[in-house]
Amino acid sequence: MTAIILSVMIVLALGIGTCLWVKNTIGRCLLIFLILSTWWSSVIIGTESSGGLDLENLDTMPILTIGPVTVGGTVFYSWIVMAVLTVLSWLVTRRLKTTLHVSYLQTAMEMVVMAIRSQIKAVSGDNPARYMPIMGTFFLFIGLSNLMTVIPWFRAPTASLSTTVAFSLCVFCAMPIYGIRNAGVIGYLKKYIDPTPVMLPLNILSDFSSMFSLAFRLYGNMLSGAIITSILMMFVPVLVPLPMQILGLVTGTIQAYVFALLAIVYVSSVSPKQPFEDHLNFY
Amino acid sequence: MDTVTLIGALSVLAAGLCVAIGGIGPALGEGNVAANALRAMAQQPDEAGNITKTMYIAMAMVESTAIYAFVVTMMIMYANPFWNYAVQVAEKAAQ
Repeated sequence: MTAIILSVMIVLALGIGTCLWVKNTIGRCLLIFLILSTWWSSVIIGTESSGGLDLENLDTMPILTIGPVTVGGTVFYSWIVMAVLTVLSWLVTRRLKTTLHVSYLQTAMEMVVMAIRSQIKAVSGDNPARYMPIMGTFFLFIGLSNLMTVIPWFRAPTASLSTTVAFSLCVFCAMPIYGIRNAGVIGYLKKYIDPTPVMLPLNILSDFSSMFSLAFRLYGNMLSGAIITSILMMFVPVLVPLPMQILGLVTGTIQAYVFALLAIVYVSSVSPKQPFEDHLNFY
Repeated sequence: MDTVTLIGALSVLAAGLCVAIGGIGPALGEGNVAANALRAMAQQPDEAGNITKTMYIAMAMVESTAIYAFVVTMMIMYANPFWNYAVQVAEKAAQ
């Protein structure tokens, strides 16, 4: 009980301090939300799973039952992330403006989209519009589902091996599609005998191992974050796991970035013959 | 010591060793990456953004070795294939 009162006081102090520090309404709201939700989720998880590792398998955890189909945790939380993304982008693109007074959300979304475009342009050296649909979706979905772990009861769908393997399978299918589109069938197959034909088995193996590492990196990072938090919950349920959760936000964003970036590197490994020239400077 | 005890004890031991030994190499590698990136940024502050971006990718690639060790540890601890087999054998022996 003392610990809870103490943590309320510290959270209040943190909130007031950051509000004095950040001179911006939206920034203040975001900070307060961040602090409150991390604190709240730590309190809730700490009191609910007192003494036990909360490591129930996310895939088989039953959440909803629709007729004969039981929806597991992974699918359910993926649906939540998809709904948030869809509603947010519908809200923003409902009335796009080019006047001086643009809404906050449109500016934020434009920043995100332009950042993704410039990263794709820098890494692939190709027209970013070709890679934007798949790679932008990867980044937004993984990033949002990693960031939404601050919400109590929400568990990131990326902490399940099924999700990450599905993502890396998508990249694995996109590789030959984009490669053949860029350089033709023969040009694409030349990739496998690149320095000498002796390297053929190694080149084929490296395709599979890179997909394997792509899936396991994301899964392992997200799962280790969840495990570290829940182990800390066992010892000190209130407030001590908070810095680990904030660190989890940073790791989640970096992992989303790394996943999308490596996917672009793999997909655009067979580049087109003539380099892309950007006359419009449109990104 | 019967089989179940042996498998349990060895699994815990193997899990600890897996993380311990599997963490050495990636730790050294990540330290190397960070040190070299810092040196490069100190020499060329203009290229700091580019270096940071490449450093993140390299770090993630180095780190994936540690993540493999971690995943194997998790398999040993929570999804051990030999554990269920040993329990089945013990149940059959008990009947």
